[in-house]
Amino acid sequence: MVRHYLDFEKPLRELEREYEELRRFAPRDDPRVSARIEKLEKRITKVREETYAQLTPWQRTQLSRHIDRPHTLDYIRMIFEDFIELHGDRGFMDDPAMVGGLARLDGEAVVVLGHQKGRDVKEMGYRNFGMSHPEGYRKALRIMELGVRFNKPIVTMIDTPGAYPGVGAEERGQAGAIAHNLREMAAFPVPIVVVVIGEGGSGGALAIGVGDRILMMENAIYSVISPEGCAAILWRDGTKGPLAAEALKITAADLLNLEVIDEIIPEPFGGAHRDYEGAAATVKEAVVRHLRERKDVPVERLLAERYQRFRRMGSFLEE
Amino acid sequence: MTWFKKKETPSQEEKAIDALWSKCNVCQEIIYKKELERNLNVCPKCSYHFPIQAQKRLAIVTDEGSFKELDRALVPVDLISFRDLKRYSDRLREAQQKTGLKDAFITGRCEIHQLPAMVGVFEFDFLGGSLGSVVGEKIARMIEKAIDEKIGAIIFTSSGGARMQEGILSLMQMAKTSAALSRLRKERLPYISVLTDPTTGGVTASFGMLGDIILAEPGALIGFAGPRVIKETIKADLPPGFQRAEYLLTHGMIDLIVERRRLKETLGKFLDLLYH
Repeated sequence: MVRHYLDFEKPLRELEREYEELRRFAPRDDPRVSARIEKLEKRITKVREETYAQLTPWQRTQLSRHIDRPHTLDYIRMIFEDFIELHGDRGFMDDPAMVGGLARLDGEAVVVLGHQKGRDVKEMGYRNFGMSHPEGYRKALRIMELGVRFNKPIVTMIDTPGAYPGVGAEERGQAGAIAHNLREMAAFPVPIVVVVIGEGGSGGALAIGVGDRILMMENAIYSVISPEGCAAILWRDGTKGPLAAEALKITAADLLNLEVIDEIIPEPFGGAHRDYEGAAATVKEAVVRHLRERKDVPVERLLAERYQRFRRMGSFLEE
Repeated sequence: MTWFKKKETPSQEEKAIDALWSKCNVCQEIIYKKELERNLNVCPKCSYHFPIQAQKRLAIVTDEGSFKELDRALVPVDLISFRDLKRYSDRLREAQQKTGLKDAFITGRCEIHQLPAMVGVFEFDFLGGSLGSVVGEKIARMIEKAIDEKIGAIIFTSSGGARMQEGILSLMQMAKTSAALSRLRKERLPYISVLTDPTTGGVTASFGMLGDIILAEPGALIGFAGPRVIKETIKADLPPGFQRAEYLLTHGMIDLIVERRRLKETLGKFLDLLYH
């Protein structure tokens, strides 16, 4: 697989490429080569630490959108068993930007769904870059309602730039589709665990994001508007995204601090895309633990606590 | 480059004219201001519904003297010290001076044709009627109070959407208000949403579109994404009338378009039919 590097990873790219080439093609018994490899290893460890130790919100934004990052279907494949994908909103179409179905997690039958991005040009187009039409949210709702009827816990994964802003989407009720999910998810009498795995873009993210536990991966972002969109409006300059990313407070640490999320899921060093299995194992452990903790909570308390979870969000004073 | 440059400051004469006359945004008719006000800020020539202030809206739709404001003391706080070209705290202060309100929403208990209801109204002049923590809290409280008193709720929207300057907390107001409405619904109490010009973004995508009954004023712009964003995304012209109330009615998204002068009567009828 060709590894893609972000701008701020450039110093690392040169080192890692040289290292890979030496290991693959240089004669192993040459002491000069092994000395060089050893030196490179040390250097790479150091540069990695320098690169990833203090990521800025903008760098995390880039990581959250990294083209090699594991997407919903990758996590489903690595974490769940017996996944059967369900299709369509039963009204207009099947939206490939949202996927979901029935599966088994750690032996228990569950409903799992999430936004789905593509990895190559063709798939990106097919998945509409992870931007759902109303039918995507309606499919998600339908699958969740199925889970409720058969008493299955719900796991959702958030990874979207936002709801698709298009003519058809508006005509077919984008706003209403999102709104209905918010209202219905608030009262589903089964445990819901939400994981922000990549990009948490605005209302399109929240549309599958109401739950009992909101977990967020270390390099994921979650924001009311994309940093670029915010910059275009408030700075009147779309290139001021890095400033907006800072101001909006969109990182996992920020959201934990604001009590919007419950837990940060640590990622492999350098990001989830550098170690799929490692990332999946951590996500699985966290989701299973939270589902297990919510499983035996009486429904009335489950719903009361979910209500309070969102009810207390906000900052204001009472004079 | 424009050929006719607008003068920076209007002359005394122009100011005097502005104080007496308004120009319709749609048909360009020059209307005597007093005449416009008598007509509930609706253009007498083309029926364009001018945006109106929250207080005026309440005066139009509620029984005289029946409105009792609630939660006046809620004030916004800049929790994340947001700053773009201006500080959020400065923007708040300016908006408060401009409107005389603490935030972009007024709530209270009222009667319409002697029928009680909780009512909430956006003030668009306050930071574009954006949905922040105070607005979300006021809505949650008015819905909870409606449940306590076993009466319905009515919200008049006019908003650009979530308030970016409050970061993720503004997005979460969508979930908070929708959760409150889920409880109202479970109690089988009516919620009527009245969409006025303009209503977009997170407000449409939460309580805006959750009404048991969804009404709109004629010509109101209603949507999720703003028309400019959509145009930039699809790189094509938008269909005529796109995202206007009439367009939404045709596409099955709202129940009814109601002229401002019929609004009170219509709301009264709905409350009567749903209450009794």
